[in-house]
Amino acid sequence: MSSKPIKELINSDVRLTSGHRLCAGCIESVIARQVLMSTDKPVAVANATGCFEVSTTIFPYTAWNVPWIHTAFGNGAATGAGVEAAYQALKRKGKITEEMRFVAFGGDGATYDIGFQALSGMIERGHQLMYVCLNNEAYMNTGIQRSGATGFGASTTTSPAGTVVPGKTEYPKDLTMIIAAHDLPYAAQVSPHNWRDLIGKCEKGFECGGPAFINALSPCPRGWRFNSEDGILMAKLAVETCVWPLYEYENGKFTLTAESKRIADGVIEKKPVTEWFKAQGRYKHMLTETNAPLVAKVQAEIDRKWERLVALSKL
Amino acid sequence: MGDLAINGDSAIALAWKQIDPDVCAAYPITPQTIIVERFSDYVNDGDVSTEFVCVESEHSALTVCTASGSAGARTFTATSSQGLAYMWEMLPITSAMRVPLVMAVANRTVSGPINIQNDHGDVMSARDTGWLSIFAENVQEAYDCAIMAPRMAEHPDVQLPILVNLDGFILTHAIERMTPLEDAVVKEFVGEFKPFMPLLDYKNPVSHGLMDGPEFYIEHKYQLVQAMENAVPVIEQVFEDYGKLTGRKYNMVEQYMCDDAEYVAVVLGSAYGTMKAAVDELRAKGIKAGVCMPRVFRPWPAKALAKILDGKKAVAVMDKHLSVGAYGPLYPEVTACLEACKKAPKAYDFVFGLGGKDTRVSELEVVYEKIASGKAKIVNYLGVEE
Amino acid sequence: MNHKDMIIGSRVTGGTAEKFETGDWRSVTPVVDMDSCIDCMTCWIYCPDDCILIDKGKMAGIKLSHCKGCGICAKMCPKDAITMKED
Repeated sequence: MSSKPIKELINSDVRLTSGHRLCAGCIESVIARQVLMSTDKPVAVANATGCFEVSTTIFPYTAWNVPWIHTAFGNGAATGAGVEAAYQALKRKGKITEEMRFVAFGGDGATYDIGFQALSGMIERGHQLMYVCLNNEAYMNTGIQRSGATGFGASTTTSPAGTVVPGKTEYPKDLTMIIAAHDLPYAAQVSPHNWRDLIGKCEKGFECGGPAFINALSPCPRGWRFNSEDGILMAKLAVETCVWPLYEYENGKFTLTAESKRIADGVIEKKPVTEWFKAQGRYKHMLTETNAPLVAKVQAEIDRKWERLVALSKL
Repeated sequence: MGDLAINGDSAIALAWKQIDPDVCAAYPITPQTIIVERFSDYVNDGDVSTEFVCVESEHSALTVCTASGSAGARTFTATSSQGLAYMWEMLPITSAMRVPLVMAVANRTVSGPINIQNDHGDVMSARDTGWLSIFAENVQEAYDCAIMAPRMAEHPDVQLPILVNLDGFILTHAIERMTPLEDAVVKEFVGEFKPFMPLLDYKNPVSHGLMDGPEFYIEHKYQLVQAMENAVPVIEQVFEDYGKLTGRKYNMVEQYMCDDAEYVAVVLGSAYGTMKAAVDELRAKGIKAGVCMPRVFRPWPAKALAKILDGKKAVAVMDKHLSVGAYGPLYPEVTACLEACKKAPKAYDFVFGLGGKDTRVSELEVVYEKIASGKAKIVNYLGVEE
Repeated sequence: MNHKDMIIGSRVTGGTAEKFETGDWRSVTPVVDMDSCIDCMTCWIYCPDDCILIDKGKMAGIKLSHCKGCGICAKMCPKDAITMKED
């Protein structure tokens, strides 16, 4: 839970300004604003190539009121690591005296796929860097191509819902679990609809003293095919259906949080995946009668993984 | 400090130890590996205060270095061959971001077929990426170049990254006699790093690495052109100062017996030494041969080279790389600068030493004989069995 | 702007996007009923464009110079105090 109530958060410095060129209703900046509110310390940002990077820094404009750096696509974690390495060196030499925090943003393509090696290396080396994946479940910047994070059945421009193949035929990799397997100080899944949970987790990530990983679901109106006002509700629905469970991995322990904990505790009910599919145009074809067995298959997979997560949280 | 018997890689590491950079990120690759091994010794023995980052790939090595340099730290790295190829994506980004970092390149050919020996295939593939690039003939020069490099790169009028080239195995692993400088002398010569708009100055936030539309992209590229032009007097001044300090005076283009020569070869790196031996042999036979080596490959010293080659009868351009389907990469660069000659010599290309193929002094004598007799083709391949 | 006026290295000083007004992207405009507003700041935490104006801790309207009209504020307002009007 966020250590600050919203009445205090509104006094935060504006670290990401208006005037960026993300699509109307894009949730990436909502997430980034919340992430940047999670520390009062000076912060420097690294950014992998992608929607977020391009839209916030089209020369000669930058929407960043904090130090910000972009180098390339597959190296967001290494870029952040380089800044942090310079900080450690200059701090040791007395050229910097203040405490700073470091965060890297990358989309799911930059995180699950092309930048995966750099991310794994950064974590293994123990840089004091919090890596935040703005996960909109496809390569949106290049025009909605499938990625390692795209959900089963999703229609994208490289996994179109065709007459023979019904969209993407593979499940997304469970990146948060893969990252947790690095046994890093802190990792979590977050959703921007629950800002208290998101900010609380990022506060922990910033202060964990080593590498942290935050996987943030970032609904994309254009790529997922929903109206621009619905992004926050879409993120909430992902949590309610257990498509996107909220949990954290801290000191070797998995803990369910927020709505996901309440679902596990039986306080609120888990919604069926059909609710998730109905809400988005990318899954429209999944709701036909012929694809009913596929929906059942996806539901079974969600249930299996959810039950495993609940079991892990009880260890 | 007395003279040392030392190999080229260890000489580079020694120079780095004396400079004590803020950050070094590198990945092992033959024949560069000794540099990072020796430097690791210095780090773990407390001889330097460098933040040493053992990255998981060369792509991350150059990324960490580029970001670290942008952040305001003096940053060094080293690589070779496939490593430089794997870094390639980052090479023009580093220069476009105006990060004056130093990279030693243990020149090795690029696969395939896989081969770990020397040629210039790696660095020539980095030709168009906006890095300064200098070459060493021997271990002493590799050491000297490593000490001069930061001042060339970091000068406020330049602000470009620099490649320090030394031939793989021939220099990296060969033990030669070398005269090092005292630590304090190196420190004073290199001076403090004064970063330009560093990222870590968080009170004055700056965004680094923005996206350019077509209207700004070419303007930023033109800034690089100007920086390269600015680099010429800066490098000449560094050579001058280093010459006064050590008695070893370097030049944009080094030359041997060129003044009265009729036939001149242009060569890069350690083969300069072999060609000097060939020149001596030919002079003994009465053939007026000479050889020159562009010490500086970027910025390309076109004027200085044209001045040397003007009025000669023929030129042999010695290429340790090949653009398959065209020429060696040095050939068009040399022939283009001949435009500035009053009386341009005839120019021939000799591709040699690929993948570590030995080239003997006697073979190099034949090069001169061929260009003198007009029997050379435009492009010639040494070491290919007929 | 040409190379002479540009800082080297594709660098710019922070926060300049504020000068780039995205308000003209909008086809629907949020209108706030201040009487219904309870200053819960839900709109502010969810606005992707930092367009919720705040004055002395209270919601003070929408920064229309930059609001893209996505409608998230209206959708998420617990008091339905914001409605989207066609321009």
